[in-house]
Amino acid sequence: MALTVEESSRPQRVRVVLGDMPQARRTPPVRAELDQQTGVGEVLVRGLVRAQLGLAVRMAALVALTVGSLPLVFALFPGLAETTLFGIRLPWLLLGVAAYPLFVGAGWIYTRGAERNERDFVELVERS
Amino acid sequence: MTVNVAGLVAVVAVTLATIALGLYGVRLARTTSDFLVASRAVSPTWNAAAISGEYLSAASFLGIAGLVMKNGVDMLWYPVGFAAGYLALLLFVAAPLRRSGAYTLPDFAETRLASPRLRSLTTAFVVFIGWFYLVPQLQGAGLTLGTVTGAPYWVGAVGVAIVVTANVAGGGMRSITFVQAFQYWLKLTAIVFPVAVLLLAWQADQRAELAPPTAPVFRAATDVTVRTPVRVEVAQPVTIQADGRIDGTDRTGTTTLAAGTHEIGPATVTFPADAAVPHLVGLAARNGTSWLTPSTTGGSALFGVYSLILATFLGTMGLPHVLVRFYTNPDGAAARRTTLVVLGLLGTFYLFPALYGALGRVYTPELFMTGNTDAVVLVLPGAMLDGFASSLVGGLVAAGAFAAFLSTASGLLVSVAGVLAADVLGAPDVSRSAGSVAGFRWAAVLAGAVPTVLALQLHGLDVSQVVGLAFAVAASSFCPLLVLGIWWRGLTDLGAAAGLLVGGGAAAVAVLLAVAGPTLTGWPAALVAQPAAWTVPLAFAVMVTVSMATRRRIPGNVGAMMLRLHAPESLRH
Repeated sequence: MALTVEESSRPQRVRVVLGDMPQARRTPPVRAELDQQTGVGEVLVRGLVRAQLGLAVRMAALVALTVGSLPLVFALFPGLAETTLFGIRLPWLLLGVAAYPLFVGAGWIYTRGAERNERDFVELVERS
Repeated sequence: MTVNVAGLVAVVAVTLATIALGLYGVRLARTTSDFLVASRAVSPTWNAAAISGEYLSAASFLGIAGLVMKNGVDMLWYPVGFAAGYLALLLFVAAPLRRSGAYTLPDFAETRLASPRLRSLTTAFVVFIGWFYLVPQLQGAGLTLGTVTGAPYWVGAVGVAIVVTANVAGGGMRSITFVQAFQYWLKLTAIVFPVAVLLLAWQADQRAELAPPTAPVFRAATDVTVRTPVRVEVAQPVTIQADGRIDGTDRTGTTTLAAGTHEIGPATVTFPADAAVPHLVGLAARNGTSWLTPSTTGGSALFGVYSLILATFLGTMGLPHVLVRFYTNPDGAAARRTTLVVLGLLGTFYLFPALYGALGRVYTPELFMTGNTDAVVLVLPGAMLDGFASSLVGGLVAAGAFAAFLSTASGLLVSVAGVLAADVLGAPDVSRSAGSVAGFRWAAVLAGAVPTVLALQLHGLDVSQVVGLAFAVAASSFCPLLVLGIWWRGLTDLGAAAGLLVGGGAAAVAVLLAVAGPTLTGWPAALVAQPAAWTVPLAFAVMVTVSMATRRRIPGNVGAMMLRLHAPESLRH
């Protein structure tokens, strides 16, 4: 059944438009505003800077609260510093091994987030 | 001490390979842009390996193990901080700095704040930090060559200075991008493979206890050769075989050292098995229990740890040789990805140096006596292995150590020479024109000569500690300049200058006091030895306050600048 339909209906002539040339050539209004730093453009850039800074500060805080709190934690709870895991003292494991994957993880999350913020910004500018 | 032939061969091979790769690069380097930023045609993976290769210095390859051997778990904050510095760089600086289009820190200061005088001030800081960081590299070279061949200290220091200066003056950065990337993998191999062999030897040794609760002891009868006289403390009377000067008289044969302070050297002394290791006066060798646990005695110890964390976390972004590399990324997003790869590469490397420090307490405790704990990575293979394995592994670590000095010193020299050529010798706009290659060459010679002289003067300083002080100055000067410059519209040229002078100046004074000043104790010592925890907030506070007081001087183009720093390149047209 489907076969006959496909055979009978020849592909219709379709107008294919590769990109909207006149529109793409014209500088979008917001983009012009970006360059001149007026009104909407300025607000958009401020928003991007704030989003990127917020993300960076959040990741820095995450690392400060985990790895950065360790000296204080060991000072307050000396017992913890004497705990052994797999025959190795906890401070050695945390500082010697665990800190590095945490840094890479935080960096990876940040990189993805920062690129997403930039994509959103570009979309916002291109669309308007 | 005998000449380690394999070690010598390895050192020569690494040096020749570096020169060969440098020459190969010369054929590709044509314009000054080639010289300084490798024409921006370096792929992220190569670039990340090159950045890591450049960053892993004498402090990373030798210094961390030495400090861990001496002071234990607290010293793990050095490698953690060295790696975390790249996270801070990624979060706050990488992409915007690349988009700023600045080649160097002075470039960034001038572009962002439109002030030629601020540019001169940043140049002075770049040169100070660069030279301060170069000195320990040359010291490490002297130490390594001395350990491997018995050559005097100055031979290694001057030799590395000459090789690096010639290479940089001849090929610039295009060549060192290849060299640095090659050297990262060499250093990783040279730290991983030997420690694997050493751990097998330790396993075969019934896993000797790494941290017995007592102070370190000689496990077997041990010959200790002391070339430079040392003053050591002996805890319990010990009978030794001596050949050389002890307490001012020449002794040969059996001698008993009473408890107390003795001056030994130049001499070869043989200690019996199980004797406690005499330690250098002033170097309190920790007993096993305190070595294993974080030091929490008193607020000043905690202050020291946090100060070190702050210095390394925030100082990395302000090191002159780190920033110049970011320009070789094609765009801001690539700069971010490169930094992420760097974090992974550095994290992998830093898993290993501490293991040498732990093994060193058991197998080479005589370093507590000579004070050469920085040499632990180099001497462990000879102490733990025999025959062919000993030569092979010993040669490999020597090669890695040499790669460390060559690569870091090259990177530092390129950046210091770059700013000297542009801002002091006055080659007009050296970064962009094609005609000022000769100026750059002269600057490289000048940039290499000064730290060589300094390294010959300042001899017995701890490699990692000097490097830590350079981080403290960078964290108190360039970190606030970069972070506020990138994220805060309100920064003015006067604010930036005041912050650099007050914060960076205070850190620089503290550093000079720590290196050459009187011996301090308690809180003053902590404040001077690890200044970052007070100089960094000071620098930020001064920069913000003065900027707010001089609000009229905010550059008129600050909005366009923010757009350029933060908007993706795809929006440019």
